[in-house]
Amino acid sequence: MRHLLDFQGWTRGQVESLLDTARVMAEVLERPVKRVPALRGFTVATVFFEPSTRTRLSFELAARRMSADVVSFAAQASSLQKGESYKDTLLTLEAMGIDAYVIRADAAGVPHQAARWVKGVVVNGGDGRRAHPTQALLDAYTLLEALGSLEGKKIAIVGDILHSRVARSNVELLPLLGAEVWVAGPPTLLPQRLPGARLTPHLDEALAEADAVMVLRLQKERMEAGLIHLQDYIAHYQVTERRLRKAKPHALLLHPGPMNRDVELEGTLADSERSLVNRQVHNGVAVRMAVLYHLLVGREG
Amino acid sequence: MLLIKNVTLVDALGERGPADVLIGEGRILSLSGGEAERILDGKGLLLAPGFLDLHAHLREPGQEVKEDLASGLLAAVRGGYTDIVSMPNTTPPVDTPEAVRALRKKAQALGLARLHPAAALTQGQEGKALTEAGLLKEAGASLLTDDGRTNEDTGVLAAGLLGAAVFGLPVAVHAEDTSLRRGGVTNDGPLADLLGLPGNPPEAEAARIARDLEVLRYAVRRSQKKPHLHIQHLSTKRGLELVREAKRAGLPVTAEATPHHLTLTEEALRSFDPLFKVAPPLRTQEDVEALIEGLLEGTLDALATDHAPHTQAEKEMDLLRAPFGIPSLEVAFPLLYTELHLKRGFPLKRLVELFTDGPRNILGLKPIHLEEGAEANLVLLDPKEGPVDPRGFASKAKFSPWAGWTLGGWPVLTLVEGRVVYQALE
Repeated sequence: MRHLLDFQGWTRGQVESLLDTARVMAEVLERPVKRVPALRGFTVATVFFEPSTRTRLSFELAARRMSADVVSFAAQASSLQKGESYKDTLLTLEAMGIDAYVIRADAAGVPHQAARWVKGVVVNGGDGRRAHPTQALLDAYTLLEALGSLEGKKIAIVGDILHSRVARSNVELLPLLGAEVWVAGPPTLLPQRLPGARLTPHLDEALAEADAVMVLRLQKERMEAGLIHLQDYIAHYQVTERRLRKAKPHALLLHPGPMNRDVELEGTLADSERSLVNRQVHNGVAVRMAVLYHLLVGREG
Repeated sequence: MLLIKNVTLVDALGERGPADVLIGEGRILSLSGGEAERILDGKGLLLAPGFLDLHAHLREPGQEVKEDLASGLLAAVRGGYTDIVSMPNTTPPVDTPEAVRALRKKAQALGLARLHPAAALTQGQEGKALTEAGLLKEAGASLLTDDGRTNEDTGVLAAGLLGAAVFGLPVAVHAEDTSLRRGGVTNDGPLADLLGLPGNPPEAEAARIARDLEVLRYAVRRSQKKPHLHIQHLSTKRGLELVREAKRAGLPVTAEATPHHLTLTEEALRSFDPLFKVAPPLRTQEDVEALIEGLLEGTLDALATDHAPHTQAEKEMDLLRAPFGIPSLEVAFPLLYTELHLKRGFPLKRLVELFTDGPRNILGLKPIHLEEGAEANLVLLDPKEGPVDPRGFASKAKFSPWAGWTLGGWPVLTLVEGRVVYQALE
């Protein structure tokens, strides 16, 4: 693979190979000196056209753990509105000798556009509603760590599916590993169709016999746009202790963060032992190390 | 005097010839030769009446960085257009008789394609207070439209239709229900969901057309004069069906389609390239087929470009921020000649009619047929194939979704009132 934009066209073998590398990287992170020279001499730029501290830190840490040089560029949405061109920004960075660009944007497709413009490799750090492939990879890694295999496992994704890049990437990735994916949310927040997933407006149907439940963050904008009513959402779509009884005993709980406690998820559940939320964040660094390694070094081998 | 020998004639009446067309005094003097200072060999070429575009954005005044009258009207004659309707959504909008006169005067001085400015239906295109239909007509406005905006207030649209009817002005509408469209940038459906792009539903077009047709029905009932509603850039099968039913019921409605809605589909958005971002959006193959059927059967009356130039930098933004629009004056005919006529057998006679008499009828202009005495507004077309190269466009917008496509039917000579305004003959 040349870039990581989404999982269109990926094979199970490619995913497994990447996750194998992530396991090696996870071991590195257990060492007293958490640094290897794998990317010495390479320069990674985090180019965030949309603010996101957590994802940016995770990528920057991943690059530094492999001895890459890291620069970060944060554009204000306002300067884009003024007509500053993405292309100019990227070509300016290219002139400085960047090898890999981690790109985050509020519009779908910006990393795809970037991949046409720059010579370096592009990692999608989240683009609009389209994709957040490293989040899906770290989710898959975390699930595999807990379940051993995803073959035949039922994973439910709950919430605002329509506007969620995390949901889209998981729906592309998890079936590649043998999982059965269900997505559930209010009708105004459900797509018409997503290849790879079963769609339902009924939460209980998605939760039934699920091995793991991924809860998405509910954005305030959806309420302001009149797409949902908050109390109605809480009444029908909040993942609670009681509702989770529909799922398999000890079904696992994931959330890409940041959480709205007691909105999409009953607050106490987030801290329960079935919650993998902190594991997801922890694994994010190893997974992102594996992605950068594969793109920058792996393709030469 | 100019003599074009052995040329095949094509107009709404059909193909015929070869003829030796003698042109002088701004007219076709003879179809059987004569003495001339300049003689061109027209063997293998097609001679057609000059095209009329009902829907071009020439961006003057206010956004000359995207296009101006000089670049836009030169692009027009390079595309075989001798007559152009410019849209009034400029900065400021063309909503006064003075603004219409100023545009016409400047265009006349350029001596390229003839400009027939459209004027705004409402002041500032704000959809509230009507403009002065009668005075705008006297100043030379060809139609009234708030194009780009969608006339949310039903009562204002009704009053506008009644007012325009008195002066014989068509009212053209951009048919999209904005509250259903929301922030949609591509056709709403499974592909939009997959790509994570906000969708613009086909029903947003149909819902607005259905409303506008009811408003037209009302205006017909209330008016002594015949109102005329023209629906711009139709993009959906359902919208077409509504127009077809209305025409069968005898309502005075006309409609146009664009080159991009006939040759591209939503699949182009898989590239996430804002070059393909248009309003209304590119639809499905099923919609394309319906539109082509609509052109054949006459539900659609005209082909119109919706030529919408922007700067390169604007089109290098993301899909949410980049502006809507494609520049197409210079490729419209070769594109449809190749994709519809050559590849699908669409009758050439009907195709030419959709570029000439179709739009002329909508503006109440007389048809132009290639016969002795006809005005010499003509275009000579070369069936020889060549690539689309936007770097060579006269338009300031030097990009195209059809870049690299191989097309035939390129204009090689354009005459306005007998004057050569463009030539690319070797």
